[in-house]
Amino acid sequence: MTNNIYFSLLIMCLTVYMIRLLPLLFLRKPITNRFIRSFLYYVPYVTLAVMTFPAIITVTDNMWSGAAALAVGLIVAWVNGDLFVVAISCCATVFLTGFIF
Amino acid sequence: MENSSSIENTFVQNTSGHGYPSTRKGWVLRGLRDGFPICMGYFAVAFALGIEARRVGLSAFQSFLMSTGMVASAGEFAALMLIESHAGVIEMISTCIIVNLRYFLMSCSLSQKLKSSLPSIHRFGVAYCITDEIFGLSSAVPGYLEPLYSYAITFISVAGWSGGTVMGVLVGNILPASAVNALSVSLYGMFLAIIIPPAKQNRFIGGLVAVSMAVSWVFSILPLTMGISSGFKVIILTILLAGAAAVIKPIDVENET
Repeated sequence: MTNNIYFSLLIMCLTVYMIRLLPLLFLRKPITNRFIRSFLYYVPYVTLAVMTFPAIITVTDNMWSGAAALAVGLIVAWVNGDLFVVAISCCATVFLTGFIF
Repeated sequence: MENSSSIENTFVQNTSGHGYPSTRKGWVLRGLRDGFPICMGYFAVAFALGIEARRVGLSAFQSFLMSTGMVASAGEFAALMLIESHAGVIEMISTCIIVNLRYFLMSCSLSQKLKSSLPSIHRFGVAYCITDEIFGLSSAVPGYLEPLYSYAITFISVAGWSGGTVMGVLVGNILPASAVNALSVSLYGMFLAIIIPPAKQNRFIGGLVAVSMAVSWVFSILPLTMGISSGFKVIILTILLAGAAAVIKPIDVENET
């Protein structure tokens, strides 16, 4: 079992690294196609938005805590924008609303 | 990005005139500073990951290897799930590809930020630095990316990520459930901090973020689509929605950030 874990980790670490490496290694020239450039530009926004919602309201014990964390996160990100401040605000919201819900 | 000389001019102007470093040392210091909040955020998220790793049966050392080798949030949760279910090699590789496919897309995007003449050794190095947050910062610099900037962010961020995972394994079980519950949303808070400020600046991106969340929610409740694994859902929706956005509003190639 122990060897199995090391083997699994090796396989998966290599796979993840190759995913990150191959485009950087082989895409040496600027992409001129406007559609592809636009597509790549929008990718992170869609990916992160899809991963955030609805996961943020289902990951907590109580969905209202998650919903409150989402609302607070949106507001703090809008006003302040700092990574750490937003993350901590969300955590604090879940912790504090945990006493209510 | 038609000709590279105009890019270099912009780069020089931006690095000297708008608060961006103009020296390699300056970029390292800037990276350490920008990476600090990521380090703190990663620590909190990785702590939750460490608790899960312990439950699955990984030792602190194995968890350290996993976090340092993979540096992927959703990817590592998936990895733990695969280890727990004794998945075969094919299943491990294919699930890893699907769950982490966004890094492939980010890598394609970041390849455009590297000088064509950048030596391969730095391409191997920058490849390790592609996470949601580090990619976000790396692609936000004006002009070409100075690899040392990404290395500095990554150095401090991975310290937090791997340290957090190990701490989660070691002391996670003495933390009250309410605190673990609270930590579980830190990852999503970081995601919001990355996508909301640009959405505030650009109404189209704001609309795209809102639509993405709405469709993601619909996918999670429709009987036909709710069985789709979260990794696969991210890929389908990314291709569909980013593709649609690129058709509806192609970026202005000249004034791209």
